[in-house]
Amino acid sequence: MTDAATLPAGRARPVPGSAGAPLARALSWLRQRLFASWRDGLLSLAVLAMLGAIAWAIVPWALFDATWSGASRADCTGSGACWAFVSAKASQFVYGFYPRAERWRPDIAFALLVAGLVWLMVPRIPAKVYAGFFMMIVLPVATYLLLHGGFAGLAVVPSDQWGGLLLTLILAVSGITFSLPFGVLFALGRRSRMPLLRWFCIGFIEFCRGVPFLTVLFMAIVMLPFFLPSGTKPDPLALAVVGIIFYEAAYMAEVVRGGLQALPKGQYEAAMAIGFGYWRTMFHIILPQAVRKVVPGVVNTTISLLKNTTLVMVVGLFDLLNIVSAGVSDPLWAGSQAEGYFIVGLVFWLMSFGLSCYSRAIEARFARAERT
Amino acid sequence: MGWLYQGLLVAALAFLASVAVGNLHDNLAARGLKLGFDFLWQEAGFEIAFHLIPYTASDNYWRVFLIGITNTLLVTVLAIVFSTILGFAVGIAQLSGNWAMSRAARIYVEIVRNLPQLLHILILYNVALRALPAPRAAISLGDAVYLSNRGILVPALTTDRPGLLALAILVGLAAALALFRSLTGYAERSGRRVNAWLPALAVLLLVPALAIGLSGAGIGVSVPQLKGFNFAGGWVLVPELSALVIAMAIYNAAFIGELVRASIESVNKGQREASAAIGFGWWQTLRFIVIPQAVRVLLPPLSNQYLNILKGSSLAVAIGYPDLVGVFTGISINQTGRAIEIVAMTMAVYLAISLLIGALINLFNHMTRIVER
Repeated sequence: MTDAATLPAGRARPVPGSAGAPLARALSWLRQRLFASWRDGLLSLAVLAMLGAIAWAIVPWALFDATWSGASRADCTGSGACWAFVSAKASQFVYGFYPRAERWRPDIAFALLVAGLVWLMVPRIPAKVYAGFFMMIVLPVATYLLLHGGFAGLAVVPSDQWGGLLLTLILAVSGITFSLPFGVLFALGRRSRMPLLRWFCIGFIEFCRGVPFLTVLFMAIVMLPFFLPSGTKPDPLALAVVGIIFYEAAYMAEVVRGGLQALPKGQYEAAMAIGFGYWRTMFHIILPQAVRKVVPGVVNTTISLLKNTTLVMVVGLFDLLNIVSAGVSDPLWAGSQAEGYFIVGLVFWLMSFGLSCYSRAIEARFARAERT
Repeated sequence: MGWLYQGLLVAALAFLASVAVGNLHDNLAARGLKLGFDFLWQEAGFEIAFHLIPYTASDNYWRVFLIGITNTLLVTVLAIVFSTILGFAVGIAQLSGNWAMSRAARIYVEIVRNLPQLLHILILYNVALRALPAPRAAISLGDAVYLSNRGILVPALTTDRPGLLALAILVGLAAALALFRSLTGYAERSGRRVNAWLPALAVLLLVPALAIGLSGAGIGVSVPQLKGFNFAGGWVLVPELSALVIAMAIYNAAFIGELVRASIESVNKGQREASAAIGFGWWQTLRFIVIPQAVRVLLPPLSNQYLNILKGSSLAVAIGYPDLVGVFTGISINQTGRAIEIVAMTMAVYLAISLLIGALINLFNHMTRIVER
């Protein structure tokens, strides 16, 4: 197929004749990258045919043969997807069982979240410290007050009526914003010189990393109430959020620890030499450098947290995936699994892929900053 | 100063623990419960659809616990095998010089790893397996393996002395491994070319065959056959198990593919060029230069991924496969109310396996570290 020197990293192979005319260049590229030998050519054709067959099966199903409106599955007579199911249930997928008249409240919460994210992510907007403060303190408190209500004439909407994308975002955003700071604390604790603190942090981290997230959820929802004062009825959503934050904090701690270990000892010694204490050393010298080194790891943990939020369906919370599964069991729309899962997949894929693109952008920015 | 902080930490933990134990005492008293593992000897009273060790509804919860563990381990092992095969293929395909191949592998990775594992499992179970035909019209692969909406049927090895056969296979495996090690060791010391695979394979097959032949145990292969509306014979992988294994293999293969790609790319390009310069071909370069160096980078994250597969197998509960979480943490808590004991036992099982594998990884790292002069 190829020569010995290039196979395992064949991507780096230069394309000869790249100085010629566009057509000649294209032909040369085709010959090099698709038809280097007859076996290579057969392989290329087979792979391209397979990709084509998959696209040929999905695109007409999702677009050309699809039914876009209707009142029940019976209206979907075409051979394609039944998007009428999704449009009929769309508001439930977004808000869950949140009362129809009160849906402006989650709308405001969504707007606040978008504003906070734009503030945090667009490099040109200044005052990132305040953006962090906004995301970690203002947003959670405001969102909770707004969604729960019970003051200034707002009707109380108990959390068992929150659902759909709203619930998924609540779980994901609160998990992401709080697991990183807790993770940093656990990472510092694990590298601390105080043995008792270090053992405590090691024990916690290794425990969380050793058990499935699902059992942590079971622990938070079935087991934890036994240890709370009798008579209190803890909110399952709050317990799930606590479970997510601490579980993911353990993973964040290991990622951050990798960054801490990668810093040369001289950084600590230099900070000591100019008279910095522990916290000033950490917050002004060590952490800013360590966190930069581990951006990909942090984002990977974030993406896995986002995907893990779907597990709350097992303990009976109606996140996006669970509410779509519930919608499929509606007799009017029986048999719409493929459409429902397609939409859930699309939403999760866009969020996860967006996060990984953002991570690559940050890495590139840090790399540029390093060079100049 | 340090001791003051640590004292405060211990005091805070002790305070929390004493409050929690006090609350626990009140809560248990209010519900008329007490802690203890005596419930394990109670009769479970429910059926389990799939089990590797014998079970009836009149067995006790300890048996349920064991069935949960074996079912979890079965899914984990199958998912590890298939995701490793698929993952290596994806990882090597990503590095292919063939543009179509590397693009296809890249697309696969980017689509699959950005979707939740639970979604993969639900799609496989509720959409893909439902679309398979009924047993009467099952898709046949060489008249031995059948795919239908009742699950996947594969030929099974049947014997009237399973203990003997298992022992013989284990002994054969150990003997084959020992022979392989000594032959490759001889090859390395003497510099001669020795084919170590063939003798090892022969020993692997010969030991069980001899054991069966000498003991006169009955042995046969049961091939699934359509009888009426369903199949008879063979080994049935129930739809839940099939969906779970396939979905987990697809999902984890994307991550393993990335690990394999990164580990091969981590081998310095000069190594490959040097290998080509001394006249090694494609396979020799891969076998003697690239793989030994890549494995050192690959194995720690790969075993981490295997642990993720073990932990991810708990998602079985979403489609009703009776794994440890589904059958023990789910049904048994509902029936006995022993939430604390059962959650603790479940976590202890996962934790024990994780720590064991973690220790093995550390041992491996220690053994394969580069010893510099």
